[in-house]
Amino acid sequence: MSTHDVPEKTAPLSAATLALFDREVAKYPADQKQSAVMACLTIVQRERGYVSVDDERQIAGYLGMPTIAVHEVTTFYNMYNQHPVGKYKLNVCTNLPCQLRDGAKALKHLEQKLGTPMGGTTADGMFTLQQSECLGACADSPVMLVNDLTMCSFMTNEKLDQLIDGLRAAQGGAPHKEAQP
Amino acid sequence: MNAQQVLSQFQATGVQTCFHGRHITPQIYADLNGSNWRLKDYEARGGYQALRKILGKDGVAGNETGLTQDQVIATVKESGLRGRGGAGFPTGLKWSFMPRQFPGQKHLVCNSDEGEPGTCKDRDLLQFNPHIVIEGMIIAAYAMGISLGYNYIHGEIFQTYERFEEALEEARAAGYLGDSIMGSSFNFQLHAAHGFGAYICGEETALLESLEGKKGQPRFKPPFPASFGLYGKPTTINNTETFAAVPWIIRNGGQAYLECGKPNNGGTKIFSVSGDVELPGNYEIPLGTPFSKLLELAGGVRQGRKLKAVIPGGSSAPVLPAAIMMETTMDYDAIAKAGSMLGSGAVIVMDDSRCMVESLKRLSYFYMHESCGQCTPCREGTGWLWRMVDRIHTGQGRPTDLDLLNSVADNIQGRTICALGDAAAMPVRAMIKHFRHEFEALIAKNTTPTATQS
Repeated sequence: MSTHDVPEKTAPLSAATLALFDREVAKYPADQKQSAVMACLTIVQRERGYVSVDDERQIAGYLGMPTIAVHEVTTFYNMYNQHPVGKYKLNVCTNLPCQLRDGAKALKHLEQKLGTPMGGTTADGMFTLQQSECLGACADSPVMLVNDLTMCSFMTNEKLDQLIDGLRAAQGGAPHKEAQP
Repeated sequence: MNAQQVLSQFQATGVQTCFHGRHITPQIYADLNGSNWRLKDYEARGGYQALRKILGKDGVAGNETGLTQDQVIATVKESGLRGRGGAGFPTGLKWSFMPRQFPGQKHLVCNSDEGEPGTCKDRDLLQFNPHIVIEGMIIAAYAMGISLGYNYIHGEIFQTYERFEEALEEARAAGYLGDSIMGSSFNFQLHAAHGFGAYICGEETALLESLEGKKGQPRFKPPFPASFGLYGKPTTINNTETFAAVPWIIRNGGQAYLECGKPNNGGTKIFSVSGDVELPGNYEIPLGTPFSKLLELAGGVRQGRKLKAVIPGGSSAPVLPAAIMMETTMDYDAIAKAGSMLGSGAVIVMDDSRCMVESLKRLSYFYMHESCGQCTPCREGTGWLWRMVDRIHTGQGRPTDLDLLNSVADNIQGRTICALGDAAAMPVRAMIKHFRHEFEALIAKNTTPTATQS
């Protein structure tokens, strides 16, 4: 059964979150609040690690749009997580310019090092590994986006090892993900 | 060390891709070093002087009234500036389509949804010189009588989006954005928005849908955005690099810009060189520069290898064999004459070790993955293309497959709402046209290929 079959209740959006929403809504004409939906979903994903159906409902209520219209956005754009992911989501580009510069090799190396195929999450919940389409950093290949925020460039196998080992040893929470699922 | 400190060790510095000193007469990337992106640095490089000039605030005697809207548009027309996002449409002409007398709200949009495989120029531009885009947009807004604008930035470069927001704050605080800009009667509000992983949103009407908070599915054209754009109101959309070219044009004149390039192809252009070269990166050079020179700037083909093929304008552009590329210059007209498109200026280089079937297979997978699903020929056809190229590559190809591939491509191209269908079809046709023997050899052998690149 997928997460979406049973809408689980998540915590109400905090005042701090709503303040961030307000800042986004203010960019658009008063009758076009829906324009802020992508930013609101991104803010929620940063806080909770993913966007649940209940979060979509709360955002819909805030922006005055149908819940299904929010869900359409969540499901259309590749970077929204509809389910919990690892503490670190690793997106490795394998599109042609990267394929020519070891992008696929980097993905394969991570599959071996993490012991999970692409699309999977490590048993300890630390890493989710994904193949991605063009990140727009083609001259930096092999290139990888971490938690939808930090672009890591020129990722040779040696650097990938350093990054994984470094994150495993790192203190505290993941950057820009305040609460963990 | 905390996690952010770990990650920051691997972040790009721009040294390899932008501050390498191998540009030729750069205008947009000139004098950047990675730390001089702020407003005061931009002003020290002559930034916001073009805005002062059009508003008559540059202190030059005789320019107290500044430039009229018509004068700004005429200057951009004279410059020969063409859209840097892919289509190469003359910018001044596009600006003249905006119904300036339209009484309601009009919008200006910057397309920074840079996701065309091979393209990474706007990322460095926004990261290291954000104010040049802001100034270009303010000038465009002035010329077209627009008071509200958005810069839609690729969600994958989220840190660049955050930097652009910071630059916007600086510009607002300095009075370059907002009401009564620099004491004039001109008002312009500018905001940043971000995508979140949908290639299709680089298509201008899909981008508008996305800005309205919807799925990014392209609209039928006509009506064009100039009459029915964001929120149904007249809208002008230009690429990031197009806006970035504008301040130089206003400061130095249209004729001077035109002379930087060649007739009908004014100015400099940033080329993103990726693939099998020694020094991949962004190179800003005059339009009309020979491809061989660009290749040399990028360190040449990987050591020990020979040039085999080049995709000269992003993954949607038809591939060209080495012999044709080495004879051509890098400008809209010459690349079109050679049988491809300058597109976004993304130059994907492939050496003689590459299996072209494998290259096409990866591109076909991409278009299948990114088709928005709205039009049947694209939604279904891109899957057909990928499955057939995949079976040829894995040794399951049939002798009739090449004709069938061309037939499927024919049945996609020109039959969809937007150009993604064309973009999926064109690489297939060009690969088969120029490298048919590789496909035929794999089909004849009916075995797994020995050459591999992954």
